[in-house]
Amino acid sequence: MTTNALLQIALYCALLALLVKPLGGYMARVYEGEARFAMRVLGPLERLVYRVVRVDPGEEMTWKTYALAAMAFNIAGLLFVYLLARVQGSLPLNPAGLGAVAPDVAFNTAVSFASNTNWQSYGGETTLSYLTQMIGLTVQNFVSAATGMAILIALVRGFSRKSASTLGSFWVDLTRTTLYILLPLAIVGAIFLVSQGVVQTFGPFASGALVEAVKDPAGNTVTQQVFGVGPAASQIIIKQLGTNGGGFFNVNSAHPFENPTPLSNFVEMFSLLIIPAALCYTFGKMIGDTRQGWALLAAMFVIFLPLLWLCVTQEQAGNPALAGLPIDQAASAIHSGGNMEGKEVRFGITNSALWATATTAASNGSVNAMHDSFTPLGGLVPMWLMQLGEVIFGGAGSGLYGILVFAIVAVFIAGLMVGRTPEYLGKKIEAYEMKMASLVILVPPALVLVATAIACVTDAGQRGVANPSAHGFSEILYAFSSQANNNGSAFAGLTANTPFYDTLGAICMFGARYWLIVPVLAIAGSLVKKKSVPRSSGTLSTHDPLFVVMLVGVIIVVGALTFIPALALGPIVEHLMAHGS
Amino acid sequence: MSTDPKSPAPVSVASLAGRALGMLAVLTLLTGVLYPLLVTAVAQLAFPERARGSLIALDDKVIGSRLVGQPFAEPKYFWGRPSATSPVPYNAGASAASNLGPTNDALTKAARDRVEALRAVDPENVAPVPIDLVTASGSGLDPHISPAAAAYQLRRVARARGLPEERVRELVAAHTEGRDLGVLGEPRVNVLLLNLALDRLDRGGA
Repeated sequence: MTTNALLQIALYCALLALLVKPLGGYMARVYEGEARFAMRVLGPLERLVYRVVRVDPGEEMTWKTYALAAMAFNIAGLLFVYLLARVQGSLPLNPAGLGAVAPDVAFNTAVSFASNTNWQSYGGETTLSYLTQMIGLTVQNFVSAATGMAILIALVRGFSRKSASTLGSFWVDLTRTTLYILLPLAIVGAIFLVSQGVVQTFGPFASGALVEAVKDPAGNTVTQQVFGVGPAASQIIIKQLGTNGGGFFNVNSAHPFENPTPLSNFVEMFSLLIIPAALCYTFGKMIGDTRQGWALLAAMFVIFLPLLWLCVTQEQAGNPALAGLPIDQAASAIHSGGNMEGKEVRFGITNSALWATATTAASNGSVNAMHDSFTPLGGLVPMWLMQLGEVIFGGAGSGLYGILVFAIVAVFIAGLMVGRTPEYLGKKIEAYEMKMASLVILVPPALVLVATAIACVTDAGQRGVANPSAHGFSEILYAFSSQANNNGSAFAGLTANTPFYDTLGAICMFGARYWLIVPVLAIAGSLVKKKSVPRSSGTLSTHDPLFVVMLVGVIIVVGALTFIPALALGPIVEHLMAHGS
Repeated sequence: MSTDPKSPAPVSVASLAGRALGMLAVLTLLTGVLYPLLVTAVAQLAFPERARGSLIALDDKVIGSRLVGQPFAEPKYFWGRPSATSPVPYNAGASAASNLGPTNDALTKAARDRVEALRAVDPENVAPVPIDLVTASGSGLDPHISPAAAAYQLRRVARARGLPEERVRELVAAHTEGRDLGVLGEPRVNVLLLNLALDRLDRGGA
């Protein structure tokens, strides 16, 4: 690794760690209704929302009502995006004159954005009108993240409340997350991005004369360059903050209008991890023991950093297939060297690999380089991070509730070892919690493997593959790993814009999101009723390094046992082929 | 920590659905209409030129964007990154990458063809070609090349224009940006701005 690479990575991680406490503490105050300054400024707006929708903010919900409210709200959003995309051709704010989106693409997109996946089987600038992007997708960027965070807070209340029956109000948690956390951060971030050159306009596509005319394949001379623009900055910042990842343009944050400078890149990369990281502190604060939150954050870093190292070094090492040609792939002061296919010069190797690792550790899925063109092991890193269940940082809210479920499994295993009834944060973990935890951990891998198998044995699945041999298998495995863990990034060579992939993918995204939300809330509903068990000398301590190692072990063992056979057929065999010949 | 909430009232599915729709409508108004309008208004006031795409105008005509590359194939211009957009390279209305996998023969062949194209216009130059000149960018619109890729082409451009190498080298240096804040990203040369400056030089400008 070059010195500069180390420096950039250290700067990134240090700034992240530094802001966890202030942002995490603020979010805890928001959820507990104690963020006094923010509530003085935005409180009237919050109360207006409740008045218009006729919600009584004091009315609490049981876990079942909470789950029903979350589902009703998400399905309403999903249907709205679908309908909007289908009729966008006859609606305003469509300067490029784009027609109705095909039913399978519209369905896939609606599920994708409602479920916080933001898988995109279409190219933004050639498919969606400004209106669809704004009132359809930008909205889901906010509320799907807010849904995840609300579910997390409900689970946290399951731990913090004793002998109670309710988990809070979904409407209140949703509204507060949006108003007090996401909107202020997004407004500041969006304006910063525009200062770097991200576009934000309702004007039509601009065009300009090319310095040197070119001929298209049909032999026509092209003298003009058309620039796809639009209200991009406002959507891009929330796609990062809300771990959504759905780009305004086809190539996402590799596009110069979406991510023009190394500084905009740093801010976008930072935005994608800060909320999942800071929620660890929020959690600790709300249960009254911040050490528990720091332990979870430590476990995340323990897995994140070695995988980041692997990705950076593999990409920096370059592509052995090009080694026989007179090409310079070695890093120096005047170029980054390495595997530059699908990467941008302004980001080089370090920022492309760092982004790829961060965006798949989080369930973000935005990209600033093309993962399909990564080296075999460089591409294995993002793929496996998704397969771990999106719990290393993970999605806004969903990452932390995911790792909390792994923590429940870890204390259960530890309890088996010493022969004590397992307990976590003072609550007894019993058969019901373990059944629900098993569902949360097993549903996504089952969806990934079954869907990959279906695609591999059907014509419709095989036809989508772009690259030959083992890499083609990796494209399919990556696609379903991404969708069935609500990530949204892709090995984008795969032609996913077909009824087969759109439909199967939508089923995976729906299942992975909502079949997890319900058992997580069921755990919360069961825990909230329990009394707190007093600590004794035999209580397993869940904030020390021993437990961090235990938790990391459980996550890695589950992820490795489930996916190593599949990974061996894809990136691992490709790596051996690349270096063997 | 323990709270004493109001006991939950029985809920009907109809009232939940109504509130879900109401909440969606209100949040759509806030985050889908007011928020983008606010950001657009501030952006257009504070950074009007950047918000519209950082376009470059010459004699009141748009001739490109500072942020988006253009295709160059004549020896007298510096060439940018290979671009995988269609139907023509650097189509800024439909960004795209090659998505070729690392072991795909098509990738090796494309790289070999690009090395040959570079050598065909500059046969004396037998130095190894910097990797960014023979690999397609992620966006297909990458405006930059590495300083190494500019140095590799410098002699060819100077010869094609009948300019002293030193003059071209100065121009390249003037269009080389370092890492942001001295740390972030990579050093880079904006190809379009450099080529426009070369053309100005030819016309006797500065």
